[in-house]
Amino acid sequence: MSVLLRLLVLFCLAFAGPAQAQDDPFALLAGDNFDDIRHGIEQLATSGNSQAAAVITALQEGALYAGPDAALLIKQDETWLDARTGKPAADVAEDALTAVPMNNGVRRAAEAAMGSLELFSPDPATRRHAAEAVLKSRDAASLPGLARALQTEPDAGTRLVMQQAVAAATLASPDASEPDRLAAVNTLRTRGDLDARAMLASLTDQPPSVREAAATAVIAIDRMLQLWGLLQGVFYGLSLGSVLLLAAAGLAITFGVMGIINMAHGEMVMLGAYTTFAVQELIRAHAPGLFGASLFIAVPLAFLVSGAVGVAVERGMLRFLYGRPLETLLATWGLSLVLQQTIRSLFGASNRDVGTPQWMSGATQWGGLTITYNRLVIIIFAALVMAALMAALRYTALGLRMRAVTQNRRMAASMGIRTPWVDAMTFGLGSGVAGMAGVALSQIDNVSPNLGQGYIIDSFMVVVFGGVGNLWGTVVSALTLGIVNKFLEPLAGAVLGKIVVLVLLILFIQRKPRGMFPIKGRAVES
Amino acid sequence: MTIAKNWLTRRAMGALGLAAMAAAAIGSTPAQAQGTGTIKVGILHSLSGTMAISETTLKDVMLMLIEEQNKKGGLLGKKLEAVVVDPASNWPLFAEKARELISVQKVAAVFGCWTSVSRKSVLPVFEELNNILFYPVQYEGEESSKNVFYTGAAPNQQAIPAVDYLAENEKVQRWVLAGTDYVYPRTTNKILEAYLKSKGVKDEDIMINYTPFGHSDWQNIVASIKKFGTAGKKTAVVSTINGDANVPFYKELGNQGVKATDIPVVAFSVGEEELAGIDTKPLLGHLAAWNYFQSVKSADNTAFIAKWKAYTKNPKRVTNDPMEAHVIGFAMWIKAVEKAGTTDPKAVIDAMIGISVPNLTGGTSAMMPNHHITKPVLIGEVKADGQFNVVWQTKGTVVANEWSPYLEGSKDLIADWRAPLSCGNFNVVTGKCGGASK
Repeated sequence: MSVLLRLLVLFCLAFAGPAQAQDDPFALLAGDNFDDIRHGIEQLATSGNSQAAAVITALQEGALYAGPDAALLIKQDETWLDARTGKPAADVAEDALTAVPMNNGVRRAAEAAMGSLELFSPDPATRRHAAEAVLKSRDAASLPGLARALQTEPDAGTRLVMQQAVAAATLASPDASEPDRLAAVNTLRTRGDLDARAMLASLTDQPPSVREAAATAVIAIDRMLQLWGLLQGVFYGLSLGSVLLLAAAGLAITFGVMGIINMAHGEMVMLGAYTTFAVQELIRAHAPGLFGASLFIAVPLAFLVSGAVGVAVERGMLRFLYGRPLETLLATWGLSLVLQQTIRSLFGASNRDVGTPQWMSGATQWGGLTITYNRLVIIIFAALVMAALMAALRYTALGLRMRAVTQNRRMAASMGIRTPWVDAMTFGLGSGVAGMAGVALSQIDNVSPNLGQGYIIDSFMVVVFGGVGNLWGTVVSALTLGIVNKFLEPLAGAVLGKIVVLVLLILFIQRKPRGMFPIKGRAVES
Repeated sequence: MTIAKNWLTRRAMGALGLAAMAAAAIGSTPAQAQGTGTIKVGILHSLSGTMAISETTLKDVMLMLIEEQNKKGGLLGKKLEAVVVDPASNWPLFAEKARELISVQKVAAVFGCWTSVSRKSVLPVFEELNNILFYPVQYEGEESSKNVFYTGAAPNQQAIPAVDYLAENEKVQRWVLAGTDYVYPRTTNKILEAYLKSKGVKDEDIMINYTPFGHSDWQNIVASIKKFGTAGKKTAVVSTINGDANVPFYKELGNQGVKATDIPVVAFSVGEEELAGIDTKPLLGHLAAWNYFQSVKSADNTAFIAKWKAYTKNPKRVTNDPMEAHVIGFAMWIKAVEKAGTTDPKAVIDAMIGISVPNLTGGTSAMMPNHHITKPVLIGEVKADGQFNVVWQTKGTVVANEWSPYLEGSKDLIADWRAPLSCGNFNVVTGKCGGASK
């Protein structure tokens, strides 16, 4: 009897085995087939299993491991948890485990699943995020969950996103009525952004009236987006302009005010970028908590490093070459090569990874405008640097002496100003500003020994176009070039756009050799 | 000043050319290579300038392979000797240095070049002096020279399978072809465009964009990609963006919130070496197509990675696809020299065809009559540690189409360097060699 029973049990097990694998989401997740893993996620999310959120989060973070016999474990700070129970797992054979693989399909499924699981999270921001994820998934199966969430959701903004998610799911559902669909199209139309446009444009297997409504909605959204596009273009232009301005600000002092053709200007920028890198390395090694503040520490340091190099260069080399522009040009060009090679020997030829603090990553949406934080910060930084520079020239004793020396060196000298010292300080100031620009550029460009070369031509262009010796001219010129460039780029392409800007500039200089805002007076003539 | 400089270089070049021709005339007997104590192998990779980042690694891997071969007893009873020159990322200098290697140093074969323009620059030198070049980098195809063995991928061994993968697995219907503005991206995109159209993709579903080398402001290009992706069809970016312009490109994608799950980017020039200097978290899930990834699990690969780390004394050094190409090319050359019994390039070139050696992904690669090798194609997704997770690969190896069947000018051409035909651009319609190449 007992033998018979055992046989029966064995029999049942043998049959239940594969069937169970089909139903057990954990077993599916432990498979090595992307489709299985995806189904596993979907089943787990709808199963109501209390472990669902923990397992899917672990998968998204790459902390979910599969072993032999469909074992599934979560790695948490060097300890192993059994994914099925959430309890610590005993004697884990780590060598036999492999991380559950992901592809984009799996990632999408995980995001949608987390969205539906987190609709009821106590944290409002998480709920909002979850609603966006569900909206993106456009899954008819999410409708009941959304309906329940809408009943309890207190936040109006999140309710709106949930309603939009309902609309998206309604359009995807096979048995929604025509009026419901039309209402859904309208809801998405009021959302009016790129996501909504994509959803409306993808509606093909719908009743004709719905298709028509969707087509008109797409046209309406496009019209709105076009207006926003213009504003967006201005933002891009301002952002490029502020980068140009930062790169050129130092040169506006050394070339514009002192008249030195400094081919090593770009290398001063590069030194600033490497200072940022060094600061971040130190912070990473000794005080990781300070990483968010690394740029604030790097800005004054970069100013000091580049400024000190600038003073040394002026004292050691340039002061012997005043009045000989060709020799200055060649000497500073040689210097730029020396500086590049020095950095290459110290830090290596390959690019260095300068991290972006959390508060500078990502973007915010303002109407139809996407504003990336790093660009916004750079625009503000450029404005601050220019304001500080002008204030320094206008209100400080050093600024007064600088202006006096550049306007009339001999008169200033006879008033008792130590002109050589002022020269060194002015050059140091220009170089220091270039160093600060390097901190900003390290956030948007590659930090390599060649970093400066990419900006030297642009910097000279900005200064010459604006009018040599005029800081306001530099500001206007940088922003103009930035905006013109960004409006030409979509029309002509990045390569041709640059060429067109250059040709326009040459034509302009032909007509106005002294730039937009030339300095007038006898000082210029001499 | 310019005229004087030009005149000088031209005169110098002329003198060099004369000297080289004289040297070639004296030293081109087959016995010459055996006469000396060692067999010289030329290494022609930039060790300075913009390409140094990529090419220095290839020089190191060649030195390692040669050292290893010498430990095994050398070749034909002689030691191998590496001759390293630095063409400094300067394309005309590549030709000069190639001439120096062949005529002055009398090397038996050269391993070198990275960019297509450097290969085009040395091509006439190798053909004139009848020596051998092993070219290890994926390229745009549309070429087959008697003196060059292409161990990198042709477009159908990288670009076309990647596009197929996206169309099948990600159901992509709309394509952005973004590239750096030079010959490799332009030709590859021309082939891809023709291929996509042959698959029924409409004009309005393809967007092509070129940017200069080192482009750093990607704001409105990324924005237009985003906008392009809202036409209600799944969209992907096929990137032939080269060099470090990739870093700000991926950063901008991350900042503007374009995720791999929405608009995946598949890159042909981004490998382990390029990712080594980037924070890869925003890149998670973006794709790359190569014929080799460091993360491939095979006994040969594990051994190779261990050797490489030991040789460079750096446990963090990564391996990449062009390195594998040199490993294969070098092994093939050794086998061909042993088969021919001499290092005379003429005999070795004939012996090369049909040679097959194990590659590092667990299969074998064979030298085909078109002087290209068979390769598996792998698609990898970027992982957080800068390595790739292979998500798809071809069942076997793929034979290279050196002349793309999707381009009007080359669809009738084939290359076959075996005895009766011996032609790099045979037109099968007119039955003539040298027809309609370009």
